[in-house]
Amino acid sequence: MPAIFPRWTNKIPLALGVLGPLAGVGLVLFVWVYFSPSFTDVGYRPEQPVPFSHKLHAGEMGLDCRYCHNTVERAAHAAIPPAATCMNCHSQVKIDSPKLAPVRRSYNTGEPVPWVRVHQLPDFAYFDHSPHIAAGVGCASCHGRIDTMTVVAMDQPLSMGWCLDCHRNPEPHLRPLDQVTNMSWGDSETEDTMIDALRKLAGTSAPAETAGEQQTYNYREDPERTRLPEPPVACSGCHR
Amino acid sequence: MTLVTGNNVTFKQLTDDVARPIEDPPLGWWLAFGLALPLLGLLGVALAYLLWEGVGIWGVNNPVGWGWAIVNFVFWVGIGHAGTLISAILFLFRQNWRTAVNRSAEAMTIFAVICAGMFPGIHTGRPWLDYWMFPLPNQMQMWPNFRSPLLWDVFAVSTYFTVSLLFWYVGLVPDLATMRDRAKSKIGQFAYGLFALGWRGSTRHWQHYEKAYLLLAGLATPLVLSVHTIVSFDFAVSNLPGWHTTIFPPYFVAGAIFSGFGMVLTLLIPLRKWYKLEHIITIKHLENMAKVILLTGSLVGYAYAMEFFIAWYSGNAYESFAFVNRAFGDYWWAYWTMVSCNVISPQLVWFKKIRRSPMALFILSIFVNIGMWFERFVITVTSLHHDFMPSSWGYYTATFWDLAFLLGSFGLFFTLFLLFCRFLPMIALAEIKAVLPIANPHYGEEDGHHE
Repeated sequence: MPAIFPRWTNKIPLALGVLGPLAGVGLVLFVWVYFSPSFTDVGYRPEQPVPFSHKLHAGEMGLDCRYCHNTVERAAHAAIPPAATCMNCHSQVKIDSPKLAPVRRSYNTGEPVPWVRVHQLPDFAYFDHSPHIAAGVGCASCHGRIDTMTVVAMDQPLSMGWCLDCHRNPEPHLRPLDQVTNMSWGDSETEDTMIDALRKLAGTSAPAETAGEQQTYNYREDPERTRLPEPPVACSGCHR
Repeated sequence: MTLVTGNNVTFKQLTDDVARPIEDPPLGWWLAFGLALPLLGLLGVALAYLLWEGVGIWGVNNPVGWGWAIVNFVFWVGIGHAGTLISAILFLFRQNWRTAVNRSAEAMTIFAVICAGMFPGIHTGRPWLDYWMFPLPNQMQMWPNFRSPLLWDVFAVSTYFTVSLLFWYVGLVPDLATMRDRAKSKIGQFAYGLFALGWRGSTRHWQHYEKAYLLLAGLATPLVLSVHTIVSFDFAVSNLPGWHTTIFPPYFVAGAIFSGFGMVLTLLIPLRKWYKLEHIITIKHLENMAKVILLTGSLVGYAYAMEFFIAWYSGNAYESFAFVNRAFGDYWWAYWTMVSCNVISPQLVWFKKIRRSPMALFILSIFVNIGMWFERFVITVTSLHHDFMPSSWGYYTATFWDLAFLLGSFGLFFTLFLLFCRFLPMIALAEIKAVLPIANPHYGEEDGHHE
């Protein structure tokens, strides 16, 4: 009887034995990395109906975040300002700018400007801005350096693992309570810690200036704090 | 004991007898397949509707949050147990009569576990999140709760499925080679040849085969006990009266073997007739399985009685209430269906006439199947519907879609099993040849009254 299979097919079971597990591990790694919000969501930068520049307003002019997002200290939701807030200034400056036409229309009709939402948590995750502000988590910790963004983009993944990282160890992300909206406080948190780490690897210690206030801040000894933050880590903390 | 009846059955004849229905399926097969396919279609419709609409299509709600999905899961996992028992434990105990039924019982095990595994996969209505059941790294940093018996179940059932599948497949290899060598078409040669893994029947092949088979039998033996023990932990580890019972593990294992043998009889009694295999799966085989049913049915009956005894003996008011409510409460009809099918009907096997009559055993096996499904229903639903707070008591009713999933799982099971009968030898040819009278070295000797 002639052979049904050529001789090289003898290697198939062996190859499957090696490639099968590798494919399994590869699939897990692939989903872990590429299905995660740090890959799919970070950098999301939708086009907005008004080319409002946070870089100009919050950065160069130095408006405080709370001038517009005024409910953030008291409410779950950090309010998107009504057109009236814009008109506080824009009834005086750039009153004829065509870029501001949707704002003026909204001001006159009461119909809100259709801003496109950038940061959105799923409905099953309970989130409240106010305790985060009260605990001294800086705006920039979650939203990034908004004061450098011409168009706002997502800076952090806002994934569950990312939330838990801070809830389990909040200390590196806490700052004095009066520095919450300060975009450049302890700027080293993002860029300079990396430089510090590199310096440590190289064996040279960081110069005193860049070590800055952040490294010396100990929230447990801050007299301004009446109570210490206790972030929930149980499921029901956020999935109520 | 003659395991294969008939005069002078030769090896060739036996191969022909088993392979004939594969090469030319009898009418009975087509009829059964014609019944199974629409049920499978019903499962497809039910699944599509479940994914579209969500688990609201089922009857589950407070206080009965565990409904037919877990009832069906436990039912099907239990069915699988006969396969492992026959293939592993009876093999290690050298019970030669298993050779006639082990192949189909193992196939039944695998298909039953597939049906069972479907229910945990879909019971949330979000099967794309099933990977949450496994300890895999993910962006949520979510990890299964290793203290939960539901997680142990994931490991128990998947181990069980893997070992059963390997066991079945290893046993199939020599027979696949037989089918390859008989195949006339190129496709047949290729397909059987692919899975026969180049088996040529050399002594070295047989040596490896026997070793692997024995090892797998050893590995599978603890699984007979472990799987349903852990399934019973799903209930027993919780603090609900009616579930929180130490007798659950042995009682579930006995019930699982009971239901498994019931299903083996349900499948084999018609098949041996359609496939003309009455000389291989003899009355003696049916009788042996009926005896296992009698034993395990009585064990289950003992467990039912013991639950009541402990409910009284413990002096725990909630436990007593749970059991009195079980037998005489809103679901009395389910309880007494269970008792009559599982405890009373197997006692008929004491009569020799009944345990040697295929028709009677077939009917009995149907009762066993019904009874064991009701057992899981009774345990799940009666314990939940009247829990600690009378204000939250309720009455659970299944919906049409609950029924569709039960019937659909039968459709899946029978479709898979019939496809198995259609393409693979349902008798372990290589094994049964060893118990043929002519395989006896003293066969045909003058005074050789070969028993």
